Amino acid sequence: MSAQFHISSNPHVRSASSTSGIMMLVVIALLPAAGFGIYNFGARAALVLLVSIASAVLTEFLFGLYKKKLTITDLSAVVTGLLLGMNLPVTIPLWMAALGSVFAILIVKCLFGGLGQNFMNPALAARCFLVISFPKQMTDFISTGKGALDAYTGATPLALLKSGESVNVMDMIFGKTTGTIGETSMIAIVIGACILLLAGVIDLRIPGSYIVSFAVFTVIFGGHGFEPAYLSAQLAGGGLMLGAFFMATDYVTRPITVRGQYVFGIFLGIMTGIFRFFGPGAEGVSFAIVLGNLLVPLIEKATRPIPFGGKGAKRHG
Amino acid sequence: MSNLKKKADSPLERLGNGLFKENPTFVLMLGMCPTLAVTTSAMNGLGMGLATTAVLMMSNLIISLLRRVIPNRVRIPAFIVIIATFVTVVQFLMEAYLPDINKALGIYIPLIVVNCIILGRAEAYAYSNPPIPSFFDGLGMGLGFSFALTCIGAVRELLGAGKVFDYNIMPASYVPINIFVLAPGAFFVLAALTALQNYIRIRLRKAGKKDKADKIQSGCNEDCMNCSDKGCSKRFYDNSKKTEAKDAMNGAKRRRAALARAEGEKVSSKEAEKEGSESFADKNAEEKEGEKE
Repeated sequence: MSAQFHISSNPHVRSASSTSGIMMLVVIALLPAAGFGIYNFGARAALVLLVSIASAVLTEFLFGLYKKKLTITDLSAVVTGLLLGMNLPVTIPLWMAALGSVFAILIVKCLFGGLGQNFMNPALAARCFLVISFPKQMTDFISTGKGALDAYTGATPLALLKSGESVNVMDMIFGKTTGTIGETSMIAIVIGACILLLAGVIDLRIPGSYIVSFAVFTVIFGGHGFEPAYLSAQLAGGGLMLGAFFMATDYVTRPITVRGQYVFGIFLGIMTGIFRFFGPGAEGVSFAIVLGNLLVPLIEKATRPIPFGGKGAKRHG
Repeated sequence: MSNLKKKADSPLERLGNGLFKENPTFVLMLGMCPTLAVTTSAMNGLGMGLATTAVLMMSNLIISLLRRVIPNRVRIPAFIVIIATFVTVVQFLMEAYLPDINKALGIYIPLIVVNCIILGRAEAYAYSNPPIPSFFDGLGMGLGFSFALTCIGAVRELLGAGKVFDYNIMPASYVPINIFVLAPGAFFVLAALTALQNYIRIRLRKAGKKDKADKIQSGCNEDCMNCSDKGCSKRFYDNSKKTEAKDAMNGAKRRRAALARAEGEKVSSKEAEKEGSESFADKNAEEKEGEKE
């Protein structure tokens, strides 16, 4: 016998991936979209991102001091802060961005037991908190005019669509529209998503079923039938891509079971459609994902796989 | 029932019990529906609390007076009839004299009938205690409820509207955090205030006021000699007595062990320990000794 055999108790799967490694990859994958946001909206976008990241990390650090446990090294606070910042309009007062980060880290994550115990995506919960608290500031998409986008005052493409006006789909795909900092450019988001897909951090189950079910819902209930321009505008607009690839796939708040992930994605697609077409606002991705997060325990219970020789086998034998 | 033998509680003790030790909102977690629904402002919280207090005092008093008349089987319907009577009175009074608050509280005033604090106190206290303590139990519980609701309302109003009791507190530049006057804010504030009072409670306990904090939860009357709870680990007589008792206990044990040796008997140490752990073991031991001698 030699060192060829490594004898140990389970679990036997060994992998080099670690929490901080995965979080680092997510940050890298978010950089194209964040970078485009800064290019699009100007330096203030960078400031907003910086403030939300810094306050998220600081909150986690202070809570870690209180609990005597250093948790900022897993980089999850950086991801949360970055995602939250990318979900904010560029004109938002900086203290609101900081408040959102504190809410995300302290209330949604740390009070429930830290990373892995949060029942909701912290960044999205914070976004919902801010949208409900400050509806005016959170939907104030007036461009500062300092970035590539000229002083462009007005509604987001989705709001335009909702009021029946036409939008330039190509602009939406490239991202030269208003919106939150990180959501405008579909191309930048898809580049980031490809990085995560290639690295094996995420798979297409949730984003795929989410986007497809939302597209089907749009064709049936969107009021425009199968109209490619409208459909692609709905798909490229708002936070759908950002939400589908970066937030619905959050390891902590998605279902574990494979079938459950499809159910989860389809649920998100339908809820997003309901919020967009029947709700009072133009956007519904964040509320849909937060609601989906709450249903995850139920989905997991319903889709728990039957072990070999389990209940299903007994019935046939 | 042990309650029958117990001396009547003093009014002051009942008041303190309702306000702090067994605060219905922060400790007993009763009456959550009005707590979460009407505390959008300090004034609403106070109004709701005082309306409940009025009903609670009177219903406790009447139920206590009628406790030997109401048959056990139909006690809940009887409680409800009595409570509903007072709720109707309170509602008409509020409609006449405080129309604004009445309007703001809406359906929650008639719903006091099924408020679980009132039913709970009727069942747990008034039905088995004399009228005067029951009345003060209702007053204490009601004031505790009012206090809690006003606190929650004040915090929510302060954060969500920048005011307390309609007075502007925050500077003009303050942007109200809207969510605090909406439903989620009620949960945030209730949780935060409950956590705060738990924190204070734990600090008090650690600061050597263990007796006080424990009394809150066990309903102990500090009379260990007449206590029926043999498994109780808390002793409320003061420390000097405690050591005295311990010494007496040890002395008794030693003497008995010597006696046992002399008689050639085996007294297992386990047995001795078991007897020693009882709060009045010294007394017992002395009695036994007397018998043996």
